[in-house]
Amino acid sequence: MASETTAGPMPATMGEARGFLGYSRAQLVALVILVAALIVGPYFLYPVFLMKLLCFALFASAFNLLIGYVGLLSFGHAAYFGMGGYIAGYTAKAYGFTPEVAVIAGAAVAGIQGWIFGWIAIRRQGIYFAMITLALAQMVYFFCVQAPFTGGEDGIQAIPRGRLFGLIDLGPDMSMYWFVAAVFLAGFVMIHRVIHSPYGQVLKAIRENEPRATSLGYRTDDYKLVAFILSATIAGVAGGVKSLVFGIATLTDVHWAMSGEVVLMTLVGGLGTVFGPMVGAAVIVTMQNYLAEMGAWVTVIQGGIFVAVVLAFRRGLVGEIAHLLKVKL
Amino acid sequence: MDMHRRSLLAAGSAAAVAPFSRARAQGGTIRLGVLTDMSGPYRDSTGPASLLMTQVAAEEFANRGFTIEVVGADHQNKPDVGANIARQWYDQGMDAIVDVPTSSVALAINQIAREKNKVFLNSGAATSDLTGPQCSPNTVHWTYDTYMLAKGTGNAIVQTGGDSWYFITADYAFGHALQRDTTRFIEAAGGRVVGAARYPFPATTDFSAFVVQAQASRAKVLGMANASGDTLNTIKAAREFGLHRSMKLAALLMSSTDIHGLGLEAGQGLLLTEAFYWDLNDRTRALTQRVRARNQDRPPSQVPAGCYGATLHYLKAVADLGVAAAKADGRATVARMKAMPTDDDAFGPGRIREDGRKIHPVYLFEVKTPAESRGPWDYYKIAATTPAEEAFRPLAEGGCSLVRS
Amino acid sequence: MLEFLETITGVPTPLLFGQILLGLINGAFYAMLSLGLAVIFGLLNIINFTHGAQFMMGAFVAWMLLTWLGLGYWWALILAPLIVGATGVVIERLMISRLYKLDHLYGLLLTFGIGLMIEGFFRNQYGSSGLPYRIPAELSGAWDLGFMFMPVYRGWVVVFSLVVCLATWLVIEKTRLGAYLRAATENAALVQAFGVNVPRMITLTYGAGVALAALAGVLAAPIYSVNPQMGTNLIIVVFAVVVIGGMGSILGSVLTGFGLGVIEGLTKVYWPEASATVIFVIMAIVLLTRPAGLFGRA
Repeated sequence: MASETTAGPMPATMGEARGFLGYSRAQLVALVILVAALIVGPYFLYPVFLMKLLCFALFASAFNLLIGYVGLLSFGHAAYFGMGGYIAGYTAKAYGFTPEVAVIAGAAVAGIQGWIFGWIAIRRQGIYFAMITLALAQMVYFFCVQAPFTGGEDGIQAIPRGRLFGLIDLGPDMSMYWFVAAVFLAGFVMIHRVIHSPYGQVLKAIRENEPRATSLGYRTDDYKLVAFILSATIAGVAGGVKSLVFGIATLTDVHWAMSGEVVLMTLVGGLGTVFGPMVGAAVIVTMQNYLAEMGAWVTVIQGGIFVAVVLAFRRGLVGEIAHLLKVKL
Repeated sequence: MDMHRRSLLAAGSAAAVAPFSRARAQGGTIRLGVLTDMSGPYRDSTGPASLLMTQVAAEEFANRGFTIEVVGADHQNKPDVGANIARQWYDQGMDAIVDVPTSSVALAINQIAREKNKVFLNSGAATSDLTGPQCSPNTVHWTYDTYMLAKGTGNAIVQTGGDSWYFITADYAFGHALQRDTTRFIEAAGGRVVGAARYPFPATTDFSAFVVQAQASRAKVLGMANASGDTLNTIKAAREFGLHRSMKLAALLMSSTDIHGLGLEAGQGLLLTEAFYWDLNDRTRALTQRVRARNQDRPPSQVPAGCYGATLHYLKAVADLGVAAAKADGRATVARMKAMPTDDDAFGPGRIREDGRKIHPVYLFEVKTPAESRGPWDYYKIAATTPAEEAFRPLAEGGCSLVRS
Repeated sequence: MLEFLETITGVPTPLLFGQILLGLINGAFYAMLSLGLAVIFGLLNIINFTHGAQFMMGAFVAWMLLTWLGLGYWWALILAPLIVGATGVVIERLMISRLYKLDHLYGLLLTFGIGLMIEGFFRNQYGSSGLPYRIPAELSGAWDLGFMFMPVYRGWVVVFSLVVCLATWLVIEKTRLGAYLRAATENAALVQAFGVNVPRMITLTYGAGVALAALAGVLAAPIYSVNPQMGTNLIIVVFAVVVIGGMGSILGSVLTGFGLGVIEGLTKVYWPEASATVIFVIMAIVLLTRPAGLFGRA
């Protein structure tokens, strides 16, 4: 047991069944439900809350791209999420960037950062990879505490939501909501497309058996690095959108606790499932809001969920449902 | 209670720590939400005690023809969590939000209160921006701020002979601001700063290297421009290395709950600035008497006392203005608060300036030796007092747009 | 500001020597914590994310022994590692042992969750502003070295942790028990076939690693504020230390710990603002040049 040091695949995927846009029939049904929920959601639930949920759902989906499909556990994803938020917030406030440009700027910086960190971190695998990403993210946190543009402990406040393409005022919550929903859906579908592209198939091959993929002539490090950059960029998009929604960008989003939270969301929903991260994000964000009354017990409960999921429900919520229904979700 | 349930159903946040309602009244209900740190590093100096002291103020003001409800929630020191709760609270009929430690969260709530035309009674945050560049007609900043800490400590210590300083400073905006402001008062009073070590925040646990550098500087006073755990560790290292034999230790932000965690053995001789101490006078002692049993047998510290004072004064303004008018217009309520003189058992008589700054006397305390202390929580003796009108930043210097020049 | 520059550029040699000494003390904590991580990793192949919380528990148990039972520092030095080590044994038996057949990342996630629970629990019970713990009378006071005061207690920390690290190394490299341990690291099934109760050995190894963390916690209690967060920031730095050293050798992790403590100490003199990041930067450089770490096996 102990002599095996390879970090093998974490989740098991079931057989491939291709359909429309690479979605299986069950996934298509789920996708339709999702789109319907996105449309009616704001009429039943508080739009700002829904927007927060969507930002985290996108963040968790980006994280899942790495852990679920490449088998790399990044324990420092807050660095990209938070940096995306800072850059989007700063450019929108200081340079008057329109929201879409601000988010793209945030995503670009997060992506470059992901490039550098990924380049360093993919030299090791498994738990070393996790520790390295955590340490590098901690460095980003220290940087953000000190750097003048982040506003230190006060954060960047009063970030304007601005006008989309310079035309549509995103000030009202409902207009902002449609923008966030569109960004989320685009990111979500894009991740799915990547996974089902030939490139995604190679990623899966690397996850299942890296030496074999190497022997087949794939430069596995390049594949892993591209996946890392992609994941970091989308995390940056999520962070950028979140800072526009709330009008603030602060240290919370670059802290290691945030890195832990996104791991928890993905784990609860189901590693390597398409819809899992979204469900996990919904569960954790809702829980944090309802449990505000519990004070410090929130940390204990989050830890408890980690333990319970790892010990008893490793497939996660969506994974378990998929397993019961014998479909892929 | 009704409001509480609806907010939960609305799938947002707005959870209550301890819902509280009183009295049968026709005049409507005033709803207060205490948004504070129930789980993080400021829990001991704010948190449950802030909620309690707000409730106490509400109880003492009961039966004036309207009902008062107090609920509490934990912002977990996350601005987005805090903002989410605040938005929902305000949208669902909350009239005022109280306390809010952690500057990033406080500044976010400051914006929301203004946008929704509600009231924000801040006691827990340190940033003087709340009454400066980011000042708002809907906000009252009650207890303390970085400017007042710097002046209360810097100026008063130089007056008593501590004229050469060395700083150990947390290397981020808050630490820089404290060091910069304090330096100004030290120099204005005729003292000088001989050196400073900036250490990385929040990554430093061992301060001995900086303490040794401070020792080598031969300054008379060690200024600690940092907060909570860092300050405690700096003090511990300073005592270990015998720094207290040659230098006075001055903490720029510290509360009596921190001294409790430090112990008098290590804390004795320390100088620090606060606006409230339970054993100041008969009124503060009477207040402490009333609440101590409900506060885990602890006297209130500065921030919860500020929640008490701010809430009481707010309720007086509401009674004066009429509940319906107060609920409809947060700006008008705050304007009425500024127009009325303040008076409460914690801070005595005082007033709120047009920039939202509450002013009161500020005290430089020296921590007692174990021999001087007569019992638990008997920690301070007064070393100097700065009068209310001098203790805070002059109106003209803050850059607040509400101030007519 | 001028005076400040003077301090950075013209540091007198004796003061420098003093700072190296202080760096060693920091290094002592890094060494003991990374040693515990390496011992656990060697046999269990998991990174014990609970390590920081267990370090904190060591300090808290020392405080409890004093406050509730009147047992002082010296008792705490023996009892706290035993008590916290015992909780580690329970955690290993009840939870970690269920994961050995799975990907090692699950072990990391599990121990991260356990760490959150422990930290949250202590914050609920004891607040966040810390508890007082005094330096024992026998070790209080300071030596006047001429150029600086050297507190007796700090000297004790360095000497004691060196002894503990050496003893751990001796047990693993030179005793029969250690031989079994090393053999089990290579091939557990084979050692089991020789009649050694490998699962029990794994359990005790985890307990021992945890006890090392708790011992470091007791050592830290008198000099740092005893609070629930005390282990969290430290442990991320220790992870970087472990990556730099590579977890292949016991002696390697001890040397790396002390060495990085000194480097960090010197940074605090010449460029204090960078002292938090210097270890992470070294980590990045090491990864680019020797991915397996200074003492690691590729």
